[in-house]
Amino acid sequence: MNRFTSLSVKSLFTVLGWIGLILLLLPLSNLSSPETWILLASLATLSIGVVGYAYFQYRGELPGIKNNGVFTNSLSARGVWGWSVGVLLTAFYITLYFYPEWLGYRSEGASVGMVALFDPLSQLLNGQPASQWFLYGTLYTLAILVFGVKFLIKYRHSRYQIIRTGSVMFFQLGFAFLLPELLTLLHPDTPYFAKDFKNMWPLNYYFFEDWHVKNMLNGGSLGLFTLGMGLAMIFIISPILTYRYGKRWYCSWVCGCGALAETAGDSFRQLSSKKISVWKLERWMIHVVLVFITLTTLAVLWSFLGSPKNPTGISREIFSYSAIVFFSLLLAAIWFGKRNELHADARFALVGIGVIIIGILCIQLFSGDRHLLGISSYTLRKWYGFGIGAAFSGVLGVGFYPLLGSRVWCRFGCPMAAILGFQQRILSRFRITTNGGQCISCGNCSAYCEMGIDVRSYAQKGQNIVRSSCVGCGICSEVCPRGVLKLENGPVANRTDRPDYPLGNLMDHLDAQ
Amino acid sequence: MNDSPPLIIVGNGIAGTTLARQIRKKSTRPILLISEEHPYFFSRTALMYVYMGHLTFEHTQPYESHFWKKNNITLLQERVTGFDPQKKEVFLAKGETLAYGDLVWAVGSRPNRFGWPGEQARRVQGLYHKQDLDQLEAWSPEIKEAVIVGGGLIGIELAEMLHSRGKKVCFLVRENSFWKSVLPTEDAALLNQHILQHGIDLRLNTELERIETDEKGNAMGVVTSKGERIQCQYVGLTAGVHPNIDFLKDSTLNCNRGILVNRFLETNLPNVYAIGDCAEQKEPVAGRRSIEAVWYTGRMMGETLAQTLCETKTAYQPGPWFNSAKFFDIEYQTYGQVSSTPKPDEENQWFWQHPQKNILLRWAFHPDTHRLMGINSFGIRIRHEVMHDWLLSDTTVETALENFPAATFDPEFTQNYQPEIQAAFQHQFSH
Repeated sequence: MNRFTSLSVKSLFTVLGWIGLILLLLPLSNLSSPETWILLASLATLSIGVVGYAYFQYRGELPGIKNNGVFTNSLSARGVWGWSVGVLLTAFYITLYFYPEWLGYRSEGASVGMVALFDPLSQLLNGQPASQWFLYGTLYTLAILVFGVKFLIKYRHSRYQIIRTGSVMFFQLGFAFLLPELLTLLHPDTPYFAKDFKNMWPLNYYFFEDWHVKNMLNGGSLGLFTLGMGLAMIFIISPILTYRYGKRWYCSWVCGCGALAETAGDSFRQLSSKKISVWKLERWMIHVVLVFITLTTLAVLWSFLGSPKNPTGISREIFSYSAIVFFSLLLAAIWFGKRNELHADARFALVGIGVIIIGILCIQLFSGDRHLLGISSYTLRKWYGFGIGAAFSGVLGVGFYPLLGSRVWCRFGCPMAAILGFQQRILSRFRITTNGGQCISCGNCSAYCEMGIDVRSYAQKGQNIVRSSCVGCGICSEVCPRGVLKLENGPVANRTDRPDYPLGNLMDHLDAQ
Repeated sequence: MNDSPPLIIVGNGIAGTTLARQIRKKSTRPILLISEEHPYFFSRTALMYVYMGHLTFEHTQPYESHFWKKNNITLLQERVTGFDPQKKEVFLAKGETLAYGDLVWAVGSRPNRFGWPGEQARRVQGLYHKQDLDQLEAWSPEIKEAVIVGGGLIGIELAEMLHSRGKKVCFLVRENSFWKSVLPTEDAALLNQHILQHGIDLRLNTELERIETDEKGNAMGVVTSKGERIQCQYVGLTAGVHPNIDFLKDSTLNCNRGILVNRFLETNLPNVYAIGDCAEQKEPVAGRRSIEAVWYTGRMMGETLAQTLCETKTAYQPGPWFNSAKFFDIEYQTYGQVSSTPKPDEENQWFWQHPQKNILLRWAFHPDTHRLMGINSFGIRIRHEVMHDWLLSDTTVETALENFPAATFDPEFTQNYQPEIQAAFQHQFSH
C-alpha cells in the first residue's frame, strides 16, 4: 500500500473515531434517548477508530522507533490540535468532578443522558444502574485498552514494552475495572470499597478514612481481606517489590494512572520539562503533598479512633504512641543507614518532614484535642480530596496531557510515587545502567522521558541513573540510537558511583610512568 | 581573580567542550570557548533527529545556558581567521585580536568535495554543520527527489532523514556494498538489504559523474558513472570529511592532512595544541589511524589534554577501539579490531546471522591463539565494560562465547541467542 492510500484509510478511521465520540455525546442533547445500541455503536466505533488508525499508521513501516515528526506534529507538539485536545479533556474532567449533573447524573432518582447510556453495561456487570464514576471507569479502561493496542503495534520490536503494556492492560481491565464490578454482582450487599483490593494508600488516599475503614470492616471476609491486603501492600509487599525491581513494579506495570499515561499519554511523553529548575519544583511539590496526605490520614484516624463507635478496639493513645515509634524508627534507620547518600537539601527535607510529623503527633497526644492542630479532619480531607484528588490528579494530571506531558500527576503530585521513589533512591536494586563510554549526548533519552529526567546528563558522564522519579517505562533505552541504556536490577552497592570520565580512555595507565 | 590571558579553545564540539569542562573541574584559570557555528555546545550526531522531528534543536544541547556562567566558561560566537604564535594572539574575523595563555585547536572537519562538475550549484550540500541543517530545512519544500553520493555514515543518515520526510531517495555508492571500507561482506550485505527494504533506491558500484543544473543554478539531476541520468532537486555530498584547517595552512603550524600533534597533543608551537577531528597523530597509537574523526576520540583527547593543562602531563592513550551507529532500525556496535578484509595469518573471523531477523554477530580472533581481537554486532547491544576488559586481557573467543550473556546489554526479556551462537561456533571449530 502506498503512502496515499494509507493516508485515506487513516482518515477513514479518524472519521470512525469522531462518530464514536459524537454518538457518546448524543444523549446529552434531547435528540435521542440513551439506548443500548448507541452505547455499543459508540464504544465499538471509538475502539475501531483508534486501533485501525494505529494499524494503518505503522503497518507499512518496519519494526523500530516511530518518532518521525513528533516535534512538528500539531497534536504532539502543543499545536492547535494539542491545545484543543487539552481543553476538551480538561473540560471533561471539570464536568466529571464538579458538575456531574451535566453528564446526566442525578443524585436522586434515575440518571439520564450520558450516564444513563451506560446503564445496560453497568446492569450487566454489577446489576445496578450506572453512576458518573462507572461511565468514567469504562471510558478510562477503554482508553487504556485501545491505546494499549496502539502502543503494542508501535513497539512491537521490544519484548520489554510488550510484556509491560500487557501488564498494565491486564491490571486495569481485570483488577481495577471488572473485579470490583463482578464482586458487586456476586455480593450485592457488601459495600463497594470492601471489594476494591487493588487499593493502596496513599494513592488511594481515602484508605484510612472512617467510611472506607468501616466499609472494609463491615464487608465480611471480603472486606477484611481488602483491609489486610491494603495494609500488607503498604508495609510488606511494596517495600519488597520496590527493593527488588524499583518502583516500576507499580508505576509502569500495575498502576491505573501509570497505565493511562503509558498508553493514551504516550503521544505526549516528550512534553515534560527537563529544566533543573522544574526538577527542584518537583521535589518540593511531591513531598509537600506527601506530608499533607500523611497528616490528613493521621488526623482522620485520630478522630475515627476517638469516636464512640470505634470498632477497632485501638485507642487514640496506643495509635499515637505506635505511630511516633514507627516514624522515629524509620527516620533513625534512614539517617544512620543512608545519610551519606543524600545531598544536604534532601537531609534537610528528611529531618524537616520527620520533625513535622512526629511533632504534630506529640502535640496531639498531649493536648488531647479532638482536631489535628485545631483543623477538623473533615476539613483537611475535603481539601485534599478537592485540591489533590480531583484538581491535581484528574484535571491537571490528565487534562493537561497535551500541554505538560503525560506524567504531571505522577511527577509532581503522587504521594505514592514519592514514597516508592524515596525507597528506589536509597534502597533498591534497580538502576538504569549506562553502557560505558558509548553515549553521544544526542538527547533522545531526555526528550522522551515522561518524568522529565535529564537522562543524558548522567549517561554522557558514564554514570548510572538512580532517580526517585524514574518509573522504569524503558523508553529511554528504546529511543537510544547507540544502545547506551539498560534498565536492570543488581547489587545496591556502587549503583550511584560517578566515574571521573566515561569508559574508554586509558590515560591513567600512562600517568604512572 | 585570575588576570592572566585565558586558555582559548577554538571549537565547541565534543573535544573542545570536554576539555573546557574537565579543566574547570581542576582549575579556576580563565577559559574562552570560541565557535563560529553556534554559541552553545550541541550534539552534532543528533542533528539528523532535528530534521526528522524526533527532537528540537534545543534538545541537542546537553547543558542549559546557565551552565556556562555557573562554571565560569566564557563563550564567544565568532570566526577565528588565524593566530600569531609569537605574540600569542588569535585573530577574529571582525579584525579584533585576543591574547591567549594556551591555545587549543578543536575545529573539527569539513565535508569532502572532489571537484564534481556542478558541485557549487544551489540545493547541493554536505551535511556537517548546523548551518547545513538550516539550509536543508529551507530547501526542503522544493525537494521531492534526492540523490545522495557516498556510502558512509553521514550518507545513510541523510538518506534516513530525507526518507522520513517523504522524499524519494537515490543513494549512490561507489563500492559494491554500503560502507565497504569498514564492514566485511556479510555485515555490509545485511545493511544493503535493510536500506532497500526501507524503499531507498540503493545503487552500488555507481559514482557521481556530474550534477546538472537549471538556468537559475538549481540542481535538477545527476549523471552517474554508468551514464544514467537521475532526476532530483537535491544532491547530498557525503563522501567523507577532512580536517577543517584550510585557514591555518599559511601559518607556522605544522600540518599534513590535519594539525600534526605528538602523543601529548602538542603541536610544533609552544602552548598550542590540537584535539579532535582536526588533530593528526604524528605517531599513531598502535593499530590505530592517525586521524580518527569520531565523537569518542574527540572526547578522550579533550579529557587527556585537560590533564596536561592542569599540571599532569598525560599522553593520549585510548583504550580498545569502540564505535556505534544506527542504520535505520539496525543498531551497530563494534569493539576492538574487525577488519573489512582480514589478513588470513593475522586475523580469523567467524560470524553468526539470524535466519530472519536483522541480527548478526561477527567475532575476530587470532588464528593460532584464538585470542579475541574484536566484535561487530548488529541487533544485539554489547556491554562496553565487559568487552573492554575482555579485549585488554587475553580472553579467547571460546571463553567469550561461553560468557556471552554477561557481555550483552539488550533490554530485559530480549531473546538470548547464545546457545545457538555457541553451538554454531563449536560445530565449525571443534575439529
